[in-house]
Amino acid sequence: MVGIVLVSHSGPLAAEVAALAAGICGTGAAPVPAGGTEDGGLGTSPDLVAAAIERADGGDGVLLIPDLGGSVLTARLFEGPGIVIADVPFVEGAIAAAVAASAGGSLEAVLAAAEEARTFRKR
Amino acid sequence: MAPEPPGTPGTPGTPTAPGTAAPQRTQGPQGTQGPPLGTGFFAAWIEEAARSVRAGKDRLTRLDTAIGDGDHGTNLDRGLTAAVQVLADRPPASPGALLVLVGGTLIRKVGGASGPLYGTAFREAGKALGEEPAVSPGALAGALEAAVDGVRRLGSAVEGDKTMVDALAPAVRALAQAVREGREVPEALEAAASAARNGAEATVPMQARKGRASYLGPRSVGHQDPGAASAALLVAALRTVAARW
Repeated sequence: MVGIVLVSHSGPLAAEVAALAAGICGTGAAPVPAGGTEDGGLGTSPDLVAAAIERADGGDGVLLIPDLGGSVLTARLFEGPGIVIADVPFVEGAIAAAVAASAGGSLEAVLAAAEEARTFRKR
Repeated sequence: MAPEPPGTPGTPGTPTAPGTAAPQRTQGPQGTQGPPLGTGFFAAWIEEAARSVRAGKDRLTRLDTAIGDGDHGTNLDRGLTAAVQVLADRPPASPGALLVLVGGTLIRKVGGASGPLYGTAFREAGKALGEEPAVSPGALAGALEAAVDGVRRLGSAVEGDKTMVDALAPAVRALAQAVREGREVPEALEAAASAARNGAEATVPMQARKGRASYLGPRSVGHQDPGAASAALLVAALRTVAARW
């Protein structure tokens, strides 16, 4: 199953979005949160992101979903074979990716599902 | 497929970044000659940079409070202090390895957007230098070109966006030109430091197009970009070290 890592400035934000996704699609495809700094402050920790990628990686690739600013730049440091960034809204992208991952989609399919969340209009 | 933790110290790999061909370009037959620059020179640069950022910490934080989140001085101080400590604990064997180690430390310790950006700058410079125990002024100029290319790529920033690129890009151009003209290393780095300072000051009237300051729109005008200001300090530290080398 494709792994999903949520990279945020805020630990609670990443954790809650991960919990929401798990609630909607089942814990099997739960994204791994990597939010905040090691000491629980606001910021992005490359070490926490690296650890989250390891946890999320089941061999089928990992999708990184960053929120904004430094989270995006930190995520870009990890891009490589089998690790891709989804350029998507944080919450909607996480849910769409988790649903696609739980259905057994490939990394490309999960990325495409997440990116569809970009175009969903709310009004 | 284990991720490569950005902070993992390692030997610089094969240079692949754009700009790594620059040493050949800037090292013409009439290019600056001079004593090769070894690890001592680069370690002294990082120490001077740490000292200078610590001395300017409050100013950087003030600039960042105006248009950012007010932590740039503190964050960079913490990162460079850690880098000095890491170099003391594990002295690298080459300037390239030294800069890669500094870059990894900055990525892990600075945080925010400037951690990945400065970390990438130092890592790209280090990779461009390879594993030579000492490097020529032309190779230094090429490495700094690779550094600014790395920052541009990671941050998708161009000159005029009101970012550190506005200080770094003119500095790198000035250095490359001075080296091509065969000027002495301290003089060439003085030209770079001066270009960086002017570039940072030129960000005052700009409207930010990248980072948190860009959300302010026209209200970002009238303030110097803190990243450009700190970048000017780092280039000035290089000049200071070269002057007494």
